[in-house]
Amino acid sequence: MRHVLSAIVQNVPGVLAHISGMLASRGYNIDSLAVGETEIPRLSRMTFVVVGDERVLDQVRKQLEKIVTVVRVEDISSQDYVERDLMLLKVACEPGPTRSEIRELVDIFRGRIVDVGPAQMMIEISGRESKIEAFIERMRPFGIKELVRTGRIAMVRSESNPGVTAHRPPLKTAGVPLREAQ
Amino acid sequence: MATDTPNAVSNESRLMSGADILVQGLVDHGVEVIFAYPGGASMPLHQALTRYKDRLRTILPRHEQGGTFAAQGYARATGKVGVCMATSGPGATNLVTGIADAKLDSIPLIAISGQVKTNVIGSDAFQETPIVEVCRGITKHHYLVTDVNDLPRIIREAFHIATTGRPGPVLIDMPKDVQLAQIIPDWEEPLALPGYTVTTPEAKQEQVNQVAAAIKLAKKPIIYAGGGIIAAGASEELRTLQEKTGFPTTMTVMGLGAFPASNPMCMDMVGMHGSVYSNYAINEADFILALGVRFDDRVTGKLSEFAKNAKIVHVDIDASELNKNKLAHIPVCSDVKYFLGELNKIVAKGEDISPWQKQCKDWKAADPFKYDEEFDGIYQQHAIRELWKATHEMDPIITVGVGQHQMWAAQFYPFDEPRRWQSSSGLGTMGFGLPAAMGAQIACPDRLVIDIDGDGSFQMNIQELATLYCEKIPVKVLLLNNQHLGMVVQWEDRFMKGNRAHTYLGPIDHLEATGKGGKPYAQERYPDFVQIAKGYGCGAATVKNKSDLPAAMKEMLTYDGPYVLDVEVPYQAHVLPMIPSGGTVRDMITS
Repeated sequence: MRHVLSAIVQNVPGVLAHISGMLASRGYNIDSLAVGETEIPRLSRMTFVVVGDERVLDQVRKQLEKIVTVVRVEDISSQDYVERDLMLLKVACEPGPTRSEIRELVDIFRGRIVDVGPAQMMIEISGRESKIEAFIERMRPFGIKELVRTGRIAMVRSESNPGVTAHRPPLKTAGVPLREAQ
Repeated sequence: MATDTPNAVSNESRLMSGADILVQGLVDHGVEVIFAYPGGASMPLHQALTRYKDRLRTILPRHEQGGTFAAQGYARATGKVGVCMATSGPGATNLVTGIADAKLDSIPLIAISGQVKTNVIGSDAFQETPIVEVCRGITKHHYLVTDVNDLPRIIREAFHIATTGRPGPVLIDMPKDVQLAQIIPDWEEPLALPGYTVTTPEAKQEQVNQVAAAIKLAKKPIIYAGGGIIAAGASEELRTLQEKTGFPTTMTVMGLGAFPASNPMCMDMVGMHGSVYSNYAINEADFILALGVRFDDRVTGKLSEFAKNAKIVHVDIDASELNKNKLAHIPVCSDVKYFLGELNKIVAKGEDISPWQKQCKDWKAADPFKYDEEFDGIYQQHAIRELWKATHEMDPIITVGVGQHQMWAAQFYPFDEPRRWQSSSGLGTMGFGLPAAMGAQIACPDRLVIDIDGDGSFQMNIQELATLYCEKIPVKVLLLNNQHLGMVVQWEDRFMKGNRAHTYLGPIDHLEATGKGGKPYAQERYPDFVQIAKGYGCGAATVKNKSDLPAAMKEMLTYDGPYVLDVEVPYQAHVLPMIPSGGTVRDMITS
């Protein structure tokens, strides 16, 4: 089973090392991990894709929550959410008919060509994991030179019917003044 | 600093160095003693300690690891935070084992390390190690202080984290320039712990009701109590619950003393070297009330077979322990003291459990811990039982190293009260006993403190004899000296056809080194512990004859100062019963 966990963490040095170290030392299988600042500069958000059964997921969540600098952990995949992965891909294409063939594919997948060289093109594409992977497969025959992905990020959709919202605990930061990062 | 403002003088007088702030913070948190070994990067801290010597005793251990275990000994005896300190680099890495030990046994510990100046951190400077990186996975939390202004807050956070929830070790790494920096500290700055729950988890009323209802249905119940009871100070509540229900009660090695061994329904220690009767009872039970325990592999053996037919209630303050190893039917995340307090208000007897109680008592009568009492020398078990006879009325604190002697002490030195027993139980660190006894003796200067040790463990921190002598700490050591690493020898004998693989502690050309030595004693003794102890200034004697043992113990107990009683014991004795690693109660070895 594949789960998307989203963790709010304090934006202090060493948090990423602490979390990745914990995951590695306990032998949890993480498919992807993305991290970046949030709308509150002193907090960061980490998005994990974890593969495992409910019990593994439960342990990962609890072990994450135990880390002092982890503020909150949510299992996003139990809710209605949007998930994205951003990829940059360099593909071989000598001038000639392959160029237009690749352009067509990029259009179909709603990607963008962001750089064109004498014998290579760089393509930017974002979307769900399945779409990204399908695109990679289409590019393979042309010769992929280089590929980089951000890892999955995800966000829960706004509730269409706010009356029946799932319970979402407030951030524990509420009312706690934090020293601003220098 | 600006000196032209009108209140410049008062401001200047309020200026403090980072080192002074740290020490002041320790004093403000009620710290009475720190075990600190100096070095280049921690000298300002030590200078500060001299300025506070009327309020805070500084003890110089002879190895930083000794300092960590002494701090633990203090913490385990009192429940308060133990504090130790070392310099950067090798000093800091010598703290690592003690920190890992405190993590696994949930001991509140604050370890302070000196660090190279912030402007050279990361340059492989002299005596630089990234100690926070090293210790991430073995601390409850850790700090590298890069701004002295954060220090007052960090000290308060460190004490808060070490002592609340599930206790544990906190590391504060202090670069030398931060120790020297001068500021006016803001002691009121709020804690910045958005990710750390301030409130202690408490069981919901419906969970308590559910457990009370389950208790009524149990026909073959047992209480399985661990170190969490002692950490929570819930021994009284546990006794009340047992009185109200009549449930047989067994304990982990961390839980010994939580429930009185003299109670007829006490089933003593459970697990690999636990009692036959506790393991039978857990195996047959239909209901297990697991309180402040973590279903460690040394308790459960093969997990899938452990307590297979029992309904399990698991209460722990740490949510991540619930369902970690064994799925609980009723997991309760709660401070166990609160939980038991609430449960005791409503708990009532249900099913008649007298047949089960009788069964447990029969098991207990049939298979007590035993050894060959006819042997004309001194078996380890005999020495411990004699020590118990000679000292239990003085209500001493007993510490142990790790290995056979540790398990025998757990079996043959029963406790009726918590915080009398100190054992490195989770990490199993040899060398724990002597420094832990040192810390316990400082916490309880009027109590008798005895380290029951093995000759292997003893040598791992033997240098602390110097600290005992120089600081006038009258710890007694009952050294069960069999010249071998007994527990490993036992496994060699049981599972490896007796092939000796570096488990003999004497010269390598002795016959014992290859397992061909005479029996039951090693033929020559090495080293001469009496001479070593005397060299350190301690009292010491050696004893081999059974009939001389009581007098030798009396001599030890009446000696004014630290004392080592070297007891010559055979090396063939095995700790029994034994459930081999990963086995079940059916695999139990009893002879």
